[in-house]
Amino acid sequence: MRSDRSTSAPLGLKIAAIGGLAFLHIPILLIFLYAFTTEEKSYQFPPPGLTLQWFAVTWNRPDVWEALTLSVKVATIATGIALVLGTLCAAAVSQTQFFGRETISLLVILPIALPGIITGIALRSAFSMADIPFSFWTIVLGHATFCIVVVYNNAVARFRRVSGSLIEASMDLGADGFQTFRYVILPNIGTALLAGGMLAFALSFDEVIVTTFTGGQQSTLPIWMLEELIRPRQRPVTNVVAMVVMLVTFLPILAAYYLTRDGDQIAGAGK
Amino acid sequence: MTAAVLFENVSRHFGAVKAVDAVNLEIAEGEFFAMLGPSGSGKTTCLRLMAGFEQPTGGHIEIFGETAEGVPPYRRSVNTVFQDYALFPHLSILDNVAYGLMVKGVGKDERRKAAEDALAMVKLPGYGQRRPGQLSGGQRQRVALARALVNKPKVLLLDEPLGALDLKLREQMQEELKSLQKSLGITFVFVTHDQGEALSMADRIAVFNDGKIQQLGSPEDIYKRPQTRFVADFVGSSNVLSSALCAKLGLSAKAASLRPEAIAIGASSVEQLSLTGRVTARSFLGAVNRVTVDCDGEKIIVAYPAALPVPDTSATVTLAFSRNDLHLMEEA
Repeated sequence: MRSDRSTSAPLGLKIAAIGGLAFLHIPILLIFLYAFTTEEKSYQFPPPGLTLQWFAVTWNRPDVWEALTLSVKVATIATGIALVLGTLCAAAVSQTQFFGRETISLLVILPIALPGIITGIALRSAFSMADIPFSFWTIVLGHATFCIVVVYNNAVARFRRVSGSLIEASMDLGADGFQTFRYVILPNIGTALLAGGMLAFALSFDEVIVTTFTGGQQSTLPIWMLEELIRPRQRPVTNVVAMVVMLVTFLPILAAYYLTRDGDQIAGAGK
Repeated sequence: MTAAVLFENVSRHFGAVKAVDAVNLEIAEGEFFAMLGPSGSGKTTCLRLMAGFEQPTGGHIEIFGETAEGVPPYRRSVNTVFQDYALFPHLSILDNVAYGLMVKGVGKDERRKAAEDALAMVKLPGYGQRRPGQLSGGQRQRVALARALVNKPKVLLLDEPLGALDLKLREQMQEELKSLQKSLGITFVFVTHDQGEALSMADRIAVFNDGKIQQLGSPEDIYKRPQTRFVADFVGSSNVLSSALCAKLGLSAKAASLRPEAIAIGASSVEQLSLTGRVTARSFLGAVNRVTVDCDGEKIIVAYPAALPVPDTSATVTLAFSRNDLHLMEEA
């Protein structure tokens, strides 16, 4: 009789699991590999040689820097808007009772459930009708619609755990509304906001569809990459950018995961 | 002397629900005042009206002569010990206790000193660096008390403060609260649904039901001379005798209350009143036997010392009691 039940799974299952993980991750490794190839016109396998020259080339390309700066700016401002509005909305929905509360909750979450193309078309026609020229700010507004959802979801989950009597206790002890927010609410929802904010930033940073509909002539980084793939010119530069972006965004996402894994779901992370 | 807390015709209605309905009360300075009642009777809403978490929909509230309507909780010289203690989980025990002083802008050294003194007062010296999560329920209760008292409130409000503690701890805390109140001289207003707690601790008790005060008086008054059937029933489950049964005893009253422990089973002397009935149930409760007797279709509970022999069920017995123990009530 086998008493040890933790011994290995059947061989077939192991192969399937390894195969699944390989299917998910090998393409990413290939992107890394082609950042070092010496061949710039097509992706032939195996690469004829390895070089670090594309890093220098990328560094000196102004269009890369323009796209990167635009993306960072858009993501920062959209996340900022989302943090303020998402937190306020979460506070209202979780701390008070009012008519239409559930409806508002649903309407706030809706943009993340809707396909990006619907959000994009809706925003584009709204901007056209209102005669708002497409610009940096229209991209920011477009991104804020789904960034709010992420912040809201994180904040609302945490607000539910902060008992209402904590806020009453603070007021009872002489703290006004601002002091209560500063000393009691913020420390209790801080990590949720940090996690929500990071996720919102990451979502905005790689967003293509809504940006396509709400942007004017500007290209954010993902759109720049898309254009590069269509008109190849120094192809490995795209790979270098992809690799650097991945490494830079991986750290905050990992941090967000560790900050919120004690009970909070980062809802809406699947967008 | 100005009343510590004054309610004039105070109401708090939530739509059609009259949580507090035209309540009048006056709590004296330095008094230990209990608000007793079942859940939903309006006692907690009254406390929240004093703390400022609720605003009255009618009437007038004064705290030490100052109008309280429209004054937010953070501008009242009143502090609350919450039912769930509501300690701030992200702060150390010392910072929890010093919180009220911190938001008032008291310097760091001074408020730490005051917080440490307050912790010593509730017998938790040296616990300052711990977190609320590391303390037991009884210890958290003491921290909540210290956090409120460090602000030197004129009135301390306690919302079911002992509800979450086990029996032994509860009895100990009752005594400590009582002696703390005596030594500090602060007015304590205390909400509870436990009549034993109210009777043993309070100077005066207001019994609440359906948003109204049923009776207000000393513990002895409330216990021995209940004015309504509700008070008789809620405060220690008195028997309530109907007018028919009163007539049988030669008395004319709408109803009368009779405490279970005031009744003897067996022969009665001449000066005592007596009723005859049939035993329908009995149960052993430790110090006493609880005997249920049916007198003309009315149930009478007798708390009979366990040392004495208990009559069998369905036996016919004579219940004897003194006229002084029978309290006549104005309403049924």
